[in-house]
Amino acid sequence: MKIKKQLEQKDNNTKNTRREFLKKGVLAGVGTILAGGIVTSFNATASGKTVNVLGPDGKVKTVAKEHLKDIGKKTEAQLQKAGREGIPNRRWVMVIDLGKCKNDQRCMEACQTHHQLWTSKDGKGDKVQHHINVHELKRNEKSGGFFMPKTCQHCDNPPCTKVCPVDATYKRDDGIVLIDNLRCIGCRFCVAACPYSARVFNWHNPKDEEKYADKKYNVELNVPQKRGTVTKCVFSADRLREGELPYCVSACGNGVFWFGDENEDAVTNGTTKETVRLSKLLKDNAAYTLMPELATRPRVYYLPEKDRIFPFESKKKEGDVNHHA
Amino acid sequence: MSEKKSLNKIVTDLTKPIKNHRWFMLWILFLLSVMGFGLFGWITQLTEGLGSTALTDYISWGLYISGFIFFVATALIGMLISSVLGLLGIKWITPIARIAELIAVGFAMWAGLIIVFDMGRPERLLNVFIHGRLQSPITWDVTVVMTYVTISILLYLLPLIPDMPFLKKTMTDAPKWKQKIYSILSFGWVGSPEQYKIIKRSIKVLAVLIIPVALAIHTVTSWLFAMTPRIGWDSTIFGPYYVTGAFVAGGAAVMIAMYVFSRTYNLKEYITDFHFDKMGKLLVLLMLVYLYFNINEYIVPGYKMKQGDDIHILNLFVGHNAKLFWSVQICGMILPLILFLFKRMRKPLPAMIISIAIVIGAFFKRYIITVPTLEHPAFPADNVPAEYLIYWPNWVEWSITMMAIAGAILIVTILAKLFPIMPIWEVAHEEGITNEEMNEFEV
Ligand code: SF4
Repeated sequence: MKIKKQLEQKDNNTKNTRREFLKKGVLAGVGTILAGGIVTSFNATASGKTVNVLGPDGKVKTVAKEHLKDIGKKTEAQLQKAGREGIPNRRWVMVIDLGKCKNDQRCMEACQTHHQLWTSKDGKGDKVQHHINVHELKRNEKSGGFFMPKTCQHCDNPPCTKVCPVDATYKRDDGIVLIDNLRCIGCRFCVAACPYSARVFNWHNPKDEEKYADKKYNVELNVPQKRGTVTKCVFSADRLREGELPYCVSACGNGVFWFGDENEDAVTNGTTKETVRLSKLLKDNAAYTLMPELATRPRVYYLPEKDRIFPFESKKKEGDVNHHA
Repeated sequence: MSEKKSLNKIVTDLTKPIKNHRWFMLWILFLLSVMGFGLFGWITQLTEGLGSTALTDYISWGLYISGFIFFVATALIGMLISSVLGLLGIKWITPIARIAELIAVGFAMWAGLIIVFDMGRPERLLNVFIHGRLQSPITWDVTVVMTYVTISILLYLLPLIPDMPFLKKTMTDAPKWKQKIYSILSFGWVGSPEQYKIIKRSIKVLAVLIIPVALAIHTVTSWLFAMTPRIGWDSTIFGPYYVTGAFVAGGAAVMIAMYVFSRTYNLKEYITDFHFDKMGKLLVLLMLVYLYFNINEYIVPGYKMKQGDDIHILNLFVGHNAKLFWSVQICGMILPLILFLFKRMRKPLPAMIISIAIVIGAFFKRYIITVPTLEHPAFPADNVPAEYLIYWPNWVEWSITMMAIAGAILIVTILAKLFPIMPIWEVAHEEGITNEEMNEFEV
């Protein structure tokens, strides 16, 4: 666990108390973790080779080496199974602070890099794919414009998973909506059903296909991408499994993204690494979700762009239309 | 109607076209070359992926899906004519019921195939059965399309059985395989009263069964759209709107086929002006109902002009889809409706020409239902090439769609070449010929 995320607990007027957030939960769940290994037994064996590991009680223990299972090398079947099950006891949530976004698009770049997506820089003008996109919007004629990063909303009542004929796209217990590129038949019904235009399709051969040719398919990363299937934001489930923040969240330099666990009621800022109470953040900042009239119940919250920290400069040309505010 | 025809005449008239091969090979060759081009398109699509079409992440359903609705729609006419009208005891459908059934079989089969062309991963088709999920409208659609095809084939085959003895007796010089088919399909038919009773009853059961299935197939097809929260699709009347539109499309297709068969097969005595007149009147009724649904579908949101609806409606009425929208509404529905009110327009030739306009209009109407909605995503298409919101099908999509159309016509053509286009025994019944006379038929 590289990052220790801290929770700032501002209890009324008393001074801050801190406690461990992500790290603690992950450790408690598995028992013992060391350098990507899981202890399968604490009995010593014949080979005599041992390693020291940190136990759940906080004490160092010595275990036989062969009882350390390497979780870095999961088989594809194991990855698929884990990808269906989700991360226990978690309810992932994202909060996006619109007042801080200045359309740097570093989130988009990081996302495209890690998810093997075509970008506008690949010199192929007709192939651009986004899991996260930054929109330029205006709430009405008179109000100022703002930039809105938009991921998959990971709805609790997702219209996309309902319509999938083969259960290729599904909702996990930890709140993430995933898509299994090995099962998807490419009917694009989910694309039609998603009101947020969050889903993209692999119309062409995926970018750098040869480079990824012998990589194991990881459903939590959607990589290697498969032609003829749908792909979309997965909340960087592969990173979450390692106790890290999603790629886009860590890439932003402006403090736009908060990410965390609803069960713990804590979210961590990707830029400042500050951890706060989710409920308080939402309550104090008039948080809202996109298109609530559809009752999709998104897991992504937005904080309105009041008190922008950057002056807004439109990137749009005359005549562009906003269909929705 | 003309004076009574003898059984001998009926059999000769209806079996002659099966033996006569003039133009037949040329026509088949034409259809096959269209299909060959489509196959080339499909191979291109299979090797390069769906990226070889004009589809994008925003306009992700296009010509294939429009074509799919069109095919399902056209296929529905079988149910209306041979089932609903048949059960109502309407006599004038006798000579055209089999034509309607042929269209149903041909188009329903290809509807299923079009879905495969639209899939990004056609080789995973079996996943629909392995991992099929009950809550997906696609699962419902696959189920009902297969059921409809099956019942339609049965509804085509059953009335063929009593015709088989006639074919065996007259087609003595036909190739062996053909005679074999005739023998197999006669299922030991001897024409006993008992057999007549059974066949009539089975046809009736199937005719009743197919009504809910047909309604289901097109309602579910409309739900592929109506079950999504998109402006322009999010409509409660999509089911009946599609079903009535389907009857219009299929009715016009039957009219065209009636014209073609009555001329090429020399059956003007059987498919007479009277039948065109009746079909024309039927189409008027169907188009009136369809018009009514159109008014509801467009005027209701158009009156309120809610946010989102307004963009969609304006785009159709005066925006960049306006030309296509008004063309299909006027040339494909309103004008034909008015024209068919005149008796002169219900004569064979004008009726056929008007029907062609209706069918073309029906095809593009499906396009107008599918594509413009996708052109208006709720969030702007930022950071993607502007072309992502502009769609017009490219050659790959056209060629594959043409292959489907040619393929459906090919099925109709071949079946109409193997078996009589009208049920000999039913036509004979209408002429007052008894079962005994038919059983004793010799060339
Ligand atoms: S495109 Fe794939 S994930 Fe989407 S609905 Fe179809 S099979 Fe499911």
